[in-house]
Amino acid sequence: MNENKETISTDGVGMIQMDHVGKWYGDFQVLINCSTSVDKGEVVVVCGPSGSGKSTLIKVVNGLEPFQEGTITFDGISVGDRTTNLPKLRSQIGMVFQNFELFPHLSIIDNIKLAQLKVLGREDEEARNRSMELLERVGLTDQRDKFPAQLSGGQQQRVAIARGLAMDPNAMLFDEPTSALDPEMINEVLDVMTGLANDGMTMMVVTHEMGFAKRVADRVIFMDEGRIEEDCTKDEFFGGERGARAQEFLSKILSH
Amino acid sequence: MKWGYLRIGMILSVLLLLTGCAGDFRYNWQWEILACTSEDIEAGCIGPYLIWILEGLGWTIAVASAAWVIAFSLGSVIGILRTLTEPILWVVPGIKSPIYFRFGPIGTTKGQILIDLGWFLHGFANLYVTIFRNVPLLVQLFLWYFVFPEIISDEAGMWLKRGMPLPEFWTAVVCMGLYTASRVAEQVRAGIDSISKGQSYAAMAVGLTPVQVYRYVLLPVAFRIIIPPLTSDFLGVFKNSSLALTIGVLELTAMTRQIEEYSYAGFEAFTAATVLYILVTAIVMWGMGIVERRARIPGMISLEAK
Amino acid sequence: MESGFDYHIVFHSIPFLAKGMWLTLVLTFLGICGGLVFGTLLALCRLGKYRVLAFVAATYVNFFRSMPLILVIFWFYFLIPLVVGAEVGAFQSVLIAFIMFEAAYYCEIMRAGIQSVKLGQVHAGEALGLTYKQNMQFVVLPQAFRNMIPILISQAIVLFQDTALVYVVGLSDFLYSAEIIANSENRLMEMYITVAIVYFAICLYAQIKVRNLQKRFSHE
Repeated sequence: MNENKETISTDGVGMIQMDHVGKWYGDFQVLINCSTSVDKGEVVVVCGPSGSGKSTLIKVVNGLEPFQEGTITFDGISVGDRTTNLPKLRSQIGMVFQNFELFPHLSIIDNIKLAQLKVLGREDEEARNRSMELLERVGLTDQRDKFPAQLSGGQQQRVAIARGLAMDPNAMLFDEPTSALDPEMINEVLDVMTGLANDGMTMMVVTHEMGFAKRVADRVIFMDEGRIEEDCTKDEFFGGERGARAQEFLSKILSH
Repeated sequence: MKWGYLRIGMILSVLLLLTGCAGDFRYNWQWEILACTSEDIEAGCIGPYLIWILEGLGWTIAVASAAWVIAFSLGSVIGILRTLTEPILWVVPGIKSPIYFRFGPIGTTKGQILIDLGWFLHGFANLYVTIFRNVPLLVQLFLWYFVFPEIISDEAGMWLKRGMPLPEFWTAVVCMGLYTASRVAEQVRAGIDSISKGQSYAAMAVGLTPVQVYRYVLLPVAFRIIIPPLTSDFLGVFKNSSLALTIGVLELTAMTRQIEEYSYAGFEAFTAATVLYILVTAIVMWGMGIVERRARIPGMISLEAK
Repeated sequence: MESGFDYHIVFHSIPFLAKGMWLTLVLTFLGICGGLVFGTLLALCRLGKYRVLAFVAATYVNFFRSMPLILVIFWFYFLIPLVVGAEVGAFQSVLIAFIMFEAAYYCEIMRAGIQSVKLGQVHAGEALGLTYKQNMQFVVLPQAFRNMIPILISQAIVLFQDTALVYVVGLSDFLYSAEIIANSENRLMEMYITVAIVYFAICLYAQIKVRNLQKRFSHE
């Protein structure tokens, strides 16, 4: 359990606050009236069947995907507002993708340094030191001069986490971080994420890994067909009563 | 296209074989005329053929190189413009609009008029490529050389025809450059489009602005991907430079035609041109092979999106 | 040069231009057919079992792809009468030049097409007892052809534009016909602009058809 974590709530307005968000791809509505919030230091797991919109939900948080209805604020800053400086906002949120998406033409250490140099304007020396710190944290210091194509999936994903952390973000978003990994590499990534959670990072994680959710999450959100069906604490989700869809989903997942 | 001395040798030996066969065809072989460097009637040289050939080659390389500079720079920009899908909004300064309306790329919000520059730039790029790819290159050349000076103002037209040095050369360069730019634009667009969307997501997620996303993430990879098709476009410029002979640029093919008319040694002349074109192609392929190897990313066999 | 755009000259020259366009279209059509057939043969040689044939085909393709079309036209215009030993018309020489030149490009397209057919298909055909020839004829080539239709049509559009180059040997295609009128009536501007617009319209129409075809294929 995570005793050394503090959940600081700022007057009911979370660090990530979503109110009545709706998103359409053409005529198809992929997010229907989604409202939720993630407080500082909270770890929220988002789960659900394919096509439920969970990946889209996490991509609207930092404005990677636009949304047509509702409001989203991050640390008080509105994401949907046209006047918001989105790159600046995104530099405060780290994101990890299902397919790692490391930049193939840059070495590992350059991958981590790039945003520090170009977005935060850090000096080369400072960026390098910070990058080495993070590589040590994820256990990959000796790979620093290699290129992404030379690393395994699990190693690439750990570098991706380091890349997100390099910006010293206020929150981290994870979009199915282990779905593209071979089974034997899943744990090395989950371990890094667990460590992050224990250090008090605000995290929103889309995943199928229910074991991870049970161990680390504070809250669980279940999505189905664009709606948030369940949004409750971890204990309530795994122990208590749930709606029919969540029940069905859990039984299928947990039977593996 | 793998090139080896073997192939060049094969081609030359085929040509020599034809030489042997052609003894039957009542043709006088005059290979020695290729070595003519001056007008030495006794040696059979009516003109300094060798000098002509080398001059022709020089003009071919000059036209091709200058055209490629235009084509690559302009084409890259247009190719990038064709990949712009996100709106780039510019606020019209000083005008306040009380009404709300949305008309294509122009709309209002909060009383200000916004123009989607991205729509115009994207549209311009599309228009450019469509026009330049659907008119034959020869027709384009004639339009530039015969029609363009008439359409613009009289003084500018006169300068283009009389005052500007080497009007045929520059017309050919501009025409080839703009045409090839449309081909380069297509390659660059295809290269950028072949990169998975996740890469731009990852770049944006880290806080890079759209310009930075192109500069540090998309373009370095896209240009590596398109090295092979760009090479064939580069070779295309060399080949297309031969069209300039129709407006009077004395490039390689024009020179060999001239030699043929002077000496009736057409076979030898055309052979010389052929060999030179093949040599140029081989050298370019060899050079681009080096470029490709040096630009290769360690560990990657293919840069295709997963 | 008189100022002003003279539309009448364009209307009057339509019959003459139409004859030129007819020649252009005939040249295009025959060039596509000949180039495609010959190109497919070359592709089969390059991918076949006999290394000598493959080498010869590869050399042929690389040779013609390094040369400008104008030079090839000159070669054949000059060479064929010598080879045949008799007078050969410009049209025939140019046609042969076209077919041999375009065959090199069609070879590369068909080679990509044949290689795009999954190996499993070839194996399935062989397992059924089909000979190499039957396999090619009924299984591989139809699929290769279908896969490459958009690119084949694009190459056809390129060929259509390339026919303008017969100008250099004085063959009365669309462009040269327009030039004849332009020079005789001293109306270069109107004729060349007309030529450009006509070519543009035809090519644009064909290109839109190609894009629709590509969309249709990607839906299947």
